[in-house]
Amino acid sequence: MTAKKVPYIVPVGPIHPALKEPVHIELTVSGEEVISADFTPGQTHRGIEWMGLSRNPVQIVHLTDRICGICGVTHSLAFARAVEQIADITVPERADYVRTIIAEFERIQSHLLWAGVAAHELGFDTLFYLAWRVREGAMDAIELISGNRVNYDIIQIGGVRRDITEDQFEPIRRCLANYKDLFGKLKMLFLEDAVINSRCKGAGRLSFEKAMAYSTVGPTARASGCTADLRADYPYAAYGDLNVKPVLPTVYSNDINGDTYDRIVVRIFEIAQSIEIIEECLANMPVGRILWEEKVAGILAACKKAKGEAVGLHEAPRGECLHYVAMDLAEIPIAWKVKASSYSNLHVWPLILKGAQLADIPIIVASIDPCLSCTDRVVVTDAAAGRTKIFTKEELTRLSYEKTRRLMQ
Amino acid sequence: MKLTKALNRSLWAFHFNSGSCNGCDIEIVATLTPRYDLERFGVKLVGSPRHADVLLVTGPVTSQMADRLRRVYAQMPGPKVAMVIGTCGLSGGIFSTSYNLAGPVDQIIPVDVYVPGCAPRPEAIIQGVVTVIAKLERLEVGERND
Ligand code: SF4
Repeated sequence: MTAKKVPYIVPVGPIHPALKEPVHIELTVSGEEVISADFTPGQTHRGIEWMGLSRNPVQIVHLTDRICGICGVTHSLAFARAVEQIADITVPERADYVRTIIAEFERIQSHLLWAGVAAHELGFDTLFYLAWRVREGAMDAIELISGNRVNYDIIQIGGVRRDITEDQFEPIRRCLANYKDLFGKLKMLFLEDAVINSRCKGAGRLSFEKAMAYSTVGPTARASGCTADLRADYPYAAYGDLNVKPVLPTVYSNDINGDTYDRIVVRIFEIAQSIEIIEECLANMPVGRILWEEKVAGILAACKKAKGEAVGLHEAPRGECLHYVAMDLAEIPIAWKVKASSYSNLHVWPLILKGAQLADIPIIVASIDPCLSCTDRVVVTDAAAGRTKIFTKEELTRLSYEKTRRLMQ
Repeated sequence: MKLTKALNRSLWAFHFNSGSCNGCDIEIVATLTPRYDLERFGVKLVGSPRHADVLLVTGPVTSQMADRLRRVYAQMPGPKVAMVIGTCGLSGGIFSTSYNLAGPVDQIIPVDVYVPGCAPRPEAIIQGVVTVIAKLERLEVGERND
């Protein structure tokens, strides 16, 4: 039985049958345990930044929406904020509030989506379906406000393209009330369930020091105890008027472990926080214009006079999203650089996968809420014997399900 | 189209993301989950193209994914149908000027059903699936897939 000492190489990806983007992960395993992990993203590279350099900011906003279909407002908001700083455009207050409301609905929708996926990875499909049904409430609200379920295209340089009218307040409030009623149930199902507890506690631990050293952002960082939250640290849009406090795992339990369970805690409680933020925004909505300049030609004229560089930031559901833009007296920017939140978080995969069991890989990989990921087919190569065994995503998921089942007995 | 007869058999789908923005992928899953619940007709996502009747392709096909798309399509048993979901898979859409595209999808594999929209609504995807069922029926009585 010398074979058990031989490390296996397990390439995962890059195609996934369910929902995420292609990425290639390579794991070296010894038996059930992961010794080291590496990954190669880049299969969905579409050259968006390059395309942006032949379009003007009003056109780029639509491109930014399509960087990620889940964070429909994140990138457009960060990009618009960068351009607005360079061109010295002041966004009307009402537009700031509309931006905040849609950004928070996006957070609710994204966190519920994630919660569903996480439950699915554990083999808890009932909860997956429940989370996605509940998520439709936020999708309805987003559709009501923006007219589309995905890629809302609501941000314009200098404001928003659609106002929230009086008669829309009522359905939005109803949606929020609905979520409030449901929150207790969600909390109980996700945080008190015995299976979720036993599978997620201690899995994929990321210490505070490592979270800081790897510059993680968003819920992944907060679950490890970092208090970073752009909405509180560098308030923008309407967040300056609100009192946003970073959600740490301590809202629910006494200690911070930085494990998968803590990441669930943070996201679930952020849903509650978002509900409160939207309610406050609705109550204090200022009246007035929603655009700095109604005519596109006017916006472009301002861009033509703009010179300089700026960074636009937004706290996306997955953490800090950064857009760097430079303009030089022309409509078309001379530089545009995007740093999405997942980019910061992916780098901890090698760290948190190390020492994990094969069956825990799906949930640990999912726990940082990657905006790209996949575990479609896995090849286990026994280097010494030259044997190759092909695992499909289903088999890997089955391993995960079996572990859940064992725990329940 | 004899919908009842067709629904005797469940339609299994394999989803292939060829570089999409995730928007269409999320809508596919939304179509399968309780609000729209395509699963009540037996339509479900499977983990291997070898089990699938329908290939759902999203995204404009980046050059890295073109060959993989060809291989996945070749692995599917006939009669098979390919369905493109989303404008960027139809024509490149907003990404059409990119330097990294091998697509759109119908440049790589034969496509039977197109669902436009960015992202298409779940209702549109369901309409696409109904069209697929009709097409599969015709394929089964002998029409060729080309
Ligand atoms: S069609 Fe639109 S929503 Fe769908 S993947 Fe392409 S860009 Fe995203």
